[in-house]
Amino acid sequence: MQTNDAKRVEIIIEAPLEGRLLDTISQAGVTGFTVLPVLGGSGRSGRWSREGQVSAAGGMVAVVCIVRPERVDRLLEAAFAVVERHIGVVSVTDCQVVRAERF
Amino acid sequence: MDTIFSVMAQNLVSPIVLSFALGLLAAMARSSLSVPEAAAKALSIYLLFAIGFKGGASVAAHGFDGSLGAALVSGVALSLAIPFIAFGLLRAMTRLSAVDAAAVAGHYGSISIVTFVSATAILATRGVEYEGYMVAVAAAMEAPAIIAALWLAARAGAGARMDRELWREVLLNGSIVLLIGAFLIGALTGERGLKEIESFIVSPFKGVLCLFLLDMGLVAGRGLRQARSVLSAGAFAFAVLMPLAGAALALPVAILLGLSTGGVALLMVLSASASYIAVPAAMRVALPEANPSIYLTLSLGVTFPFNLALGIPIYVALAEFLGGA
Repeated sequence: MQTNDAKRVEIIIEAPLEGRLLDTISQAGVTGFTVLPVLGGSGRSGRWSREGQVSAAGGMVAVVCIVRPERVDRLLEAAFAVVERHIGVVSVTDCQVVRAERF
Repeated sequence: MDTIFSVMAQNLVSPIVLSFALGLLAAMARSSLSVPEAAAKALSIYLLFAIGFKGGASVAAHGFDGSLGAALVSGVALSLAIPFIAFGLLRAMTRLSAVDAAAVAGHYGSISIVTFVSATAILATRGVEYEGYMVAVAAAMEAPAIIAALWLAARAGAGARMDRELWREVLLNGSIVLLIGAFLIGALTGERGLKEIESFIVSPFKGVLCLFLLDMGLVAGRGLRQARSVLSAGAFAFAVLMPLAGAALALPVAILLGLSTGGVALLMVLSASASYIAVPAAMRVALPEANPSIYLTLSLGVTFPFNLALGIPIYVALAEFLGGA
């Protein structure tokens, strides 16, 4: 099967920032993304878990976007404007997709 | 004094406080006991709806008067003023940076609706009446403290800002919308509406509150276990002293307003409690430089248990002793 090069950008960010991040990357022309719940983890701010959260403030979400390689810089610039001051992880990995016209 | 000890003794062995203690101890002992996020959310939706509806129905039964407006204005003023006192105490008692102190101060100006709900349950057990509109006062006191906290942080040079989106999120946050919405439904449908759903929102209320407080105990215990490093003696002392200071500020205001005994106690509870829902989310957006471990540990890990076990009985006993209208 024919596959095509693409970039998978994964942004793990504080839940209260989810709406802002999605609006920003949409404005940057990236309209395809997936938001995943994150169960828990550990980082510079200590361990956390989504179990029994009384507030979204302590939770995190993962936003996954798959884009053509030439569009990744624009996406990262837009995302960085939101995540710069906040807790989170941004990673970019190479991947292969079928149906390249969709990205 | 006897009244304080008797209310305290009665409160400490209530199912509400013991459920919280169970959660706290289980988390401290690293038990696998947990409440799924969706279940915790469902319990909080039930509690907010029930307390809002009952408040509205009570207002419908007793009728609206000018005291509602005065209580709302006073609540907003208290919520704006308390962060300044908290900020001053934090700077004097701890080594927190101005930004962290401002963020913590914002939490103490705002309110904890679960503390409020627990206080109403204790008042109901003692047969003490309160104004139904105190629910609306609780909702009005959620947001003003955030403005005061961001002003304090901006004065300290932090890039704190309150844009339109954040305003919308704070003023229309789910718990405020549900609380006010249920209050309005209760006020519109009155006694008739309450009778229709009484078996759902009155009888099971305390049982659901116990389960929710079990979860709160688990969350508080986990927070305390993981954030011992941020809990200096000064910060711990602040988290115990500040609710008493807030309640002391509210007491003369409540008496001047002519609130009933239950109303006086509830305004003290609102001023003594610290937010862990609306304000943390707003602080993460507007003031990300502030350390969330500090404000969540202080408000949820220290002040909430203090108010639940000792604070509420003190405020209720003082209100009963000084006598509301």
